[in-house]
Amino acid sequence: MLKDLLIISIGAIFIQNFVLVQFLGICPFLGVSKKVETALGMGFAVVFVMACASAITWAVQKLLVLFGIEYLQTIAFILVIAVLVQFVEMFLQKSVPSLYSSLGIYLPLITTNCAVLGVAIVNITKFGAVDFSFIKSVVYGATAGIGFTFAIVLFAGVRERLESSDIPEFLKGMPITLITASLLSIAFMGFSGLSF
Amino acid sequence: MEILFPVIVIGGMGLIFGALLAVAAKIFAVEKDERIPRITEVLPGANCGGCGYAGCSAYAEAVCKGEAAANCCPVGGSDAAVKIAEIMGIEAGTVEKRTAFVMCTGNSAVAPNRYINNEDIDCYTAHRLGGGMKGCQYGCLGLGSCVEKCVFGAISIVDGVAVIDRDKCTHCGTCIAECPRGLIKSLPYDAKVVTACNSKAHGKETRAVCGVGCIGCGLCAKVCETGAITVENNLALVDTERCIGCGKCIEKCPRNALVALVPMLEPAEN
Repeated sequence: MLKDLLIISIGAIFIQNFVLVQFLGICPFLGVSKKVETALGMGFAVVFVMACASAITWAVQKLLVLFGIEYLQTIAFILVIAVLVQFVEMFLQKSVPSLYSSLGIYLPLITTNCAVLGVAIVNITKFGAVDFSFIKSVVYGATAGIGFTFAIVLFAGVRERLESSDIPEFLKGMPITLITASLLSIAFMGFSGLSF
Repeated sequence: MEILFPVIVIGGMGLIFGALLAVAAKIFAVEKDERIPRITEVLPGANCGGCGYAGCSAYAEAVCKGEAAANCCPVGGSDAAVKIAEIMGIEAGTVEKRTAFVMCTGNSAVAPNRYINNEDIDCYTAHRLGGGMKGCQYGCLGLGSCVEKCVFGAISIVDGVAVIDRDKCTHCGTCIAECPRGLIKSLPYDAKVVTACNSKAHGKETRAVCGVGCIGCGLCAKVCETGAITVENNLALVDTERCIGCGKCIEKCPRNALVALVPMLEPAEN
């Protein structure tokens, strides 16, 4: 059991990293990665939303199966995710206003962050309804979020250094950012050798 | 029946989540300062960013938090400052009136072009095409990038050089940020004399490309009684605080690079 969870975790963080290997959740990855601090905040928000979304969508999926309406999966999951994001937004606005303002538009955008919907759907297809699928789902959700955080913080660190580098005129701004992202992605491809 | 289950399940989920969110909204309610919308209302609403904040409402928020003074809005000026101070119940302070000024008078008559530009391009593009068509690498290109940006209609192009109408200018700073040559500077509204040139090239080079460019000879600095003028990077700089507007430097300047910003304001002193 523990071994399973470990394999799931390492898989979600490194081998099947949501951003750099599966290319999900690129929007906040590029948008909120200018400063390590905000990247970390965004990462934690995503970890929270992903873990909660995994837990709740597991229950919702049971409900859908019970009534034989699995085809409503996407709508139901989006509903869950939207509610969670709304909740996180309220919580941050009250408790950490500085993080709230620095995340800006990207916070509500977690709603349409395909990484979150992706984790919910991958959970269902990957773990199904077998034993311990609930724990596995939550662990997968949380570690996928950690993988996202890991990638975005690494990327933000590189981008912070890029700020002070001498970049050719035609590469300034988005071009060098995308090149950096692709290089990071190539680096993560190296982890594929770890796959079990 | 087939349609009933989905409707009940999804609708029920929506209801439950909605109720939970309503409860959460009560718990995590943020008390917003009710003065913010009132202050936003008295501000001009141009969202120009002249105050240094992201827009009028951001400035209003900063005022309410006590981070910003009431007199930071250059567009609303003293009127807005008084109203904001009333709402906040603090001293208004005075707004130092400032204006933007194009540091170049090298129009097409005195500063010839190096190549003919027939394209309809903006200043940025021209600036990148080998430094622009103007002979002087520092002078105004006169293609009107600043004119387009000015929401107050204060800038016009006269003989190939941008000229700012000081009465229309609200000192929002948009054109200052826009000019690819960095030619537009912020000056006090009552500045008396200013070097209307931005050329940091050597005197000989400036002389070759412009009839009115500052060559950094320093004659003005010598003649200035208050020591308001210094020459830096082949360019005379007038300290507007020390300048008394006697006009001696303007008379002495062999290049007519120094211009009186407030011409004939105090003719007796000339």
